[in-house]
Amino acid sequence: MVGGRVGLAISPHLLTGLARDRTSILVSGTNGKTTTTALVATGWGGDVVTNDTGSNMPAGHVAAFAGSRSPRAALEVDEAWLGAVLAQVHPRVVVLLNLSRDQLDRASEVRQMAERWRKVLGDGDERVVVANANDPLVVYAASEATNVRWCDVPTPWQADARSCPKCTLALEHDEGTWLCSCGFAKPATITTSLRDGLVIAGERYELKLALPGAFNEANAAMAVTALVQVGVKASDALARISEVEAVAGRFTRRRWNARTFRLLLAKNPAGFDALLSNVEADQADLWIAINAHVADGHDPSWLYDVPFEKLRGHRVWCLGERRLDLATRLDYAGVEFRVVDDLNELPVEAREVDLIANYTAFSEWLARSVPC
Amino acid sequence: MLSIANLVPDLLGTYGDGGNGLVLAQRARERGEETLLVTMEINDPLPDASIYLLGGGEDGPQRLARDVLARTSLASRVRDGATVVAVCAGLQILGSSFSVEGNDQYAGLGLCDVTTTRGASRSVGELRVRVGERLLVGFENHAGRTSLGDDVKPLGRVEHGRGNDGTYDGFRADTIWATYAHGPVLAQNPWFADAILSSVLGYELETLGSVADLLYEERCRAIRS
Repeated sequence: MVGGRVGLAISPHLLTGLARDRTSILVSGTNGKTTTTALVATGWGGDVVTNDTGSNMPAGHVAAFAGSRSPRAALEVDEAWLGAVLAQVHPRVVVLLNLSRDQLDRASEVRQMAERWRKVLGDGDERVVVANANDPLVVYAASEATNVRWCDVPTPWQADARSCPKCTLALEHDEGTWLCSCGFAKPATITTSLRDGLVIAGERYELKLALPGAFNEANAAMAVTALVQVGVKASDALARISEVEAVAGRFTRRRWNARTFRLLLAKNPAGFDALLSNVEADQADLWIAINAHVADGHDPSWLYDVPFEKLRGHRVWCLGERRLDLATRLDYAGVEFRVVDDLNELPVEAREVDLIANYTAFSEWLARSVPC
Repeated sequence: MLSIANLVPDLLGTYGDGGNGLVLAQRARERGEETLLVTMEINDPLPDASIYLLGGGEDGPQRLARDVLARTSLASRVRDGATVVAVCAGLQILGSSFSVEGNDQYAGLGLCDVTTTRGASRSVGELRVRVGERLLVGFENHAGRTSLGDDVKPLGRVEHGRGNDGTYDGFRADTIWATYAHGPVLAQNPWFADAILSSVLGYELETLGSVADLLYEERCRAIRS
């Protein structure tokens, strides 16, 4: 990463030059960026420039381009950097997954982010925007763009779009659609749908993923829609991404000190909600690790926006530097918990457990454990 | 029956503020009080409640929340003795005017002689406030600079962070409790939750003893003055 920063210091136009004459697809949004970017890269096939180290700001993009001569690039972009990267990379396609509350102590509030996206996307450029039609904030951001392919994909988290992004009145949700009395509504022209299997531009496809969860089906549907825009056959892309089992350590099986677990990343309420919906009823124990470093956001207030009540009947082992914040939240949710001050207190079980961790806690556990 | 109402969380509830209602309800139930926790969304009428809760929010929703609540009987209910607990943007709405979208003169609900203008910079970080013999610990994230009228008492004196103006945080009136410590401030400060409950229920509460007490001690150690 030092290489990337030094590069930018040499020339602010370096990224523009490196991206020139290549076909780029950018992926942004609060949740699913890394996974969707990996699905785009894998689905494309062959050698693809990608920033799979998690560095999703311009320095990371410079480093990715500098390391490969491939004419194709799949890049994850931090939400706040989308405008700058669009201006420098000139992508053929930009994928907008979702927008929800995340690290509000260092990022801007979510409606401001939608407003910033709207300004940069409404610049008249001919790029294709692949956007989530079920996220009102994304729709608001993308609706001034020239070419949009709307995707009707599962988006359970709606708490940040209860009031209209355009006029702030209450949005009404009904039977898979949503609208406001000001006229702002779910787009009518849908390119990609997951409502009844995967349909892209009127063609039906079989979607089989090794990755778990409805949220990954949404990520995959949008990744394939993006690839279709650059001439990849959807069936070819789907065959390639069906084999992706893990992305940057997420969803991997790990071992630490005779304990085995599946490592899952959740950084904010929407991400947690998606993972908690996937916890199997017969899994008695769950490990959750919460830190509050810069990369996590210093303020763990968001724990009260996570519907931990879903974990009643399970027992949660509370890990990480903010384990007491987590334990207090679980206590008020009526969920059984143990506070783990010494990792050796973790039980050694025959059965693998799920470990859900936020950003820096995830990195710690990835470093501490080995694959199994 | 103790009734607690979260007011317009669809507009004011950016930072896990819904946790405050949950905490009050649970702590009352553990004292044997029959408790109802209700939510008023933007198009709902104002529910009948003993405690009303207001959270934080972005500019547009904050302005709309004020407009929605101004059309209800909230102000007269509070004058008649209902309790209000307000954090962040909710605190600003209770006053006579606040700053929103570049305008420093947006009318508040006028429950207190309190005005808020936009400060030179945003305050983001841990907040530690001396409230009598106790400490209130939390997290603030706002751009407001709040001045209290002569008859309005601050909640406490700031030992770390900014609060209203770098010296004082929040305010207190008969049944009004307001602080810039946003989000689940009552979860981090169980004594504060109990002080509010005790004032509403009219009797001294027995200590509960839970993991929240450990969290409170840890945060008091972590946020130095």
